Amino acid sequence: MGEEILRVENLKTYFFTEAGVVKAVDGVSFSVYEGEPLGIVGETGSGKTVTSLSIMRIVPPPGKIISGRIIYRGEDLLEKSEDEMRKIRGKKIAIVFQDPNSSLDPLFTVESQLNEVIMAHLKVTKQEARNRALELLKMVRIPDPEARLKAYPHELSGGMRQRVAIARALANEPDILIADEPTTNLDVTIQAQIIELLKELQSKLKMTLIMITHDMGLVAETTKRVVVLYAGSVAEIAPTNEIFKSMRHPYTAALLKAVPRIDRRKELKPIPGSIPNLIDPPSGCRFHPRCPYVIQRCIEEVPELEFTDQRAVACHRWKELSLKGE
Amino acid sequence: MGKTLIEVVNLVKYFAVYTRGILLRRKIGDVHAVDDVSLKIEEGENLGLVGETGCGKTTLGKTILNLIEPDSGKVYFEGLDVYETLRSGPEEKKKYLRRSMQMIFQNPYGSLDPRMTVYDIISEPFVIHRHIPRDEWEERVYSLLRLVGLEDYHAERYPHEFSGGQRQRISIARALATDPKFIVADEPVSSLDVSVRAQVLTLLENLQKEKKISFLYISHDLSSVRQITQSVAVMYLGKIFEYGPTDEIFEEPLNPYTIALLSAIPVPDPERKINRIVLPGDVPSPINPPSGCRFHPRCPWATEKCKKEEPELREVRKGHFVACHYAENFMKGEKPLPTVQQ
Repeated sequence: MGEEILRVENLKTYFFTEAGVVKAVDGVSFSVYEGEPLGIVGETGSGKTVTSLSIMRIVPPPGKIISGRIIYRGEDLLEKSEDEMRKIRGKKIAIVFQDPNSSLDPLFTVESQLNEVIMAHLKVTKQEARNRALELLKMVRIPDPEARLKAYPHELSGGMRQRVAIARALANEPDILIADEPTTNLDVTIQAQIIELLKELQSKLKMTLIMITHDMGLVAETTKRVVVLYAGSVAEIAPTNEIFKSMRHPYTAALLKAVPRIDRRKELKPIPGSIPNLIDPPSGCRFHPRCPYVIQRCIEEVPELEFTDQRAVACHRWKELSLKGE
Repeated sequence: MGKTLIEVVNLVKYFAVYTRGILLRRKIGDVHAVDDVSLKIEEGENLGLVGETGCGKTTLGKTILNLIEPDSGKVYFEGLDVYETLRSGPEEKKKYLRRSMQMIFQNPYGSLDPRMTVYDIISEPFVIHRHIPRDEWEERVYSLLRLVGLEDYHAERYPHEFSGGQRQRISIARALATDPKFIVADEPVSSLDVSVRAQVLTLLENLQKEKKISFLYISHDLSSVRQITQSVAVMYLGKIFEYGPTDEIFEEPLNPYTIALLSAIPVPDPERKINRIVLPGDVPSPINPPSGCRFHPRCPWATEKCKKEEPELREVRKGHFVACHYAENFMKGEKPLPTVQQ
């Protein structure tokens, strides 16, 4: 394992809406180690995207980072000025969003969108930037890259657009690449292309990948460690090869039981109820209304995230439970 | 295996594509949405229909129900010619067909009328079909709600008061209101969250087991297809590429497209060896598809023959149909998969 490159400590990001305060991220902590691909899994509303937006400090209003620390190489990103953050975004930490249709600007060509990112951080001429852009398109395996430089996003297919978005994120060889559901909107065979591309780039460029997804299959394939989020807080953190065999949080077990598998038929066990409302989340452990192992203590007391041997879990009963995924 | 419930014979549906403008509008081609498709669904059996965007799976589902008119071909329901009956058959037969064949749509936000209460939505089929006496309506609505896992008091609410998963349950209840034998479920869970998805999938599984309803389950989510169907048809650009028993096809796919499709799905098991076939390029446009085998430009095993000759869908094993000239080469045990040139 490399050294710690990013540490999120007790991060709280709330959205101040008219309906009330949505506690989208409520006390999330985890570490990212250099070169080690990390997965962040959770369902809609678990806070996985807001966590990544918080790391980049691009939480849109009415959202605000309330408290916590985000330590990148020893420095707290939450204390940086906007000018300093600009030097970090795209240069040190870059992000690929879920939907390339909205993350690429429809009014600009691929070339100008790539040049913009390159020239924001490097003092280069337009010609040098263009060469770099060409190199990037080749790296993400876009066929006929010279012609594609002049293309507008609408002239490209979904898979190609996502490749351009990846090329743009990699333009300045960032330390950390956050990929937020990079394959969700794509067709199956195109998803496979993007997964393989990210895996290849990750090992070639030795960057640290943070893969944000709801797909346990993608986690198994692309990550070494995984953070499971539920309703804005961390349920469990564990090495990927352990979590599928011995999960410690009942939510992780329930999630695995609820997902059908391609390699065999199995008995599906849905999680009862639905994802809680984050304006008024359940008391105590947020998973307690849906948890089969709930006791009185779970309703009254918020479980702390307990760290033991490379793993962490936020459950009052983890020591006495022996959970199985399937 | 039971009786044949649905039989689709040589179904064809093209959509003409024109140049823009009003004057001088010229036809520039056809979208081959459904191109000579034949299928059978047994009573009480679920058929999965899989394929990527634009392969024609939704069009096929809608055409079977005559929600889209076919160009040619026939669909039989319990031996009854669906198109003929709906066009010129006796009134009671028409109603019987409409009652027996229902549809669940992908988007539960668009398929429920926001101005109707859940009670009105679910009882509307009673108003139209009159298959249940008036004084039993209320009890029926409540029992349908309970069947799909909702409560009696939900009947008085409007769709906007429900979450996506609950709305999809309401659409299922509405489809069940006519006592159908066959339901086309078009991506019923793809807009739902992981944990809620499992709830709706188990509901569909139970309906099939307990009510003996057959589903045509349309999805691009192959894991859920494996879970709830007995047979599966793989579509590519309007054609059926492989068709047969679900478990057999998932264990031993014999069409290169199916092989690639199945290998593309990440499995939630970190120790599993990944042996992935990554297809180059995108799904070609269904307007004037490639010559010969439509898959040949992306197929890692394509030969000269594939460029020229379109493969027939042929029975390679009992009940297992494959449209590939070289299906036998992919059988397990004989020899390893032919190597891919990349």
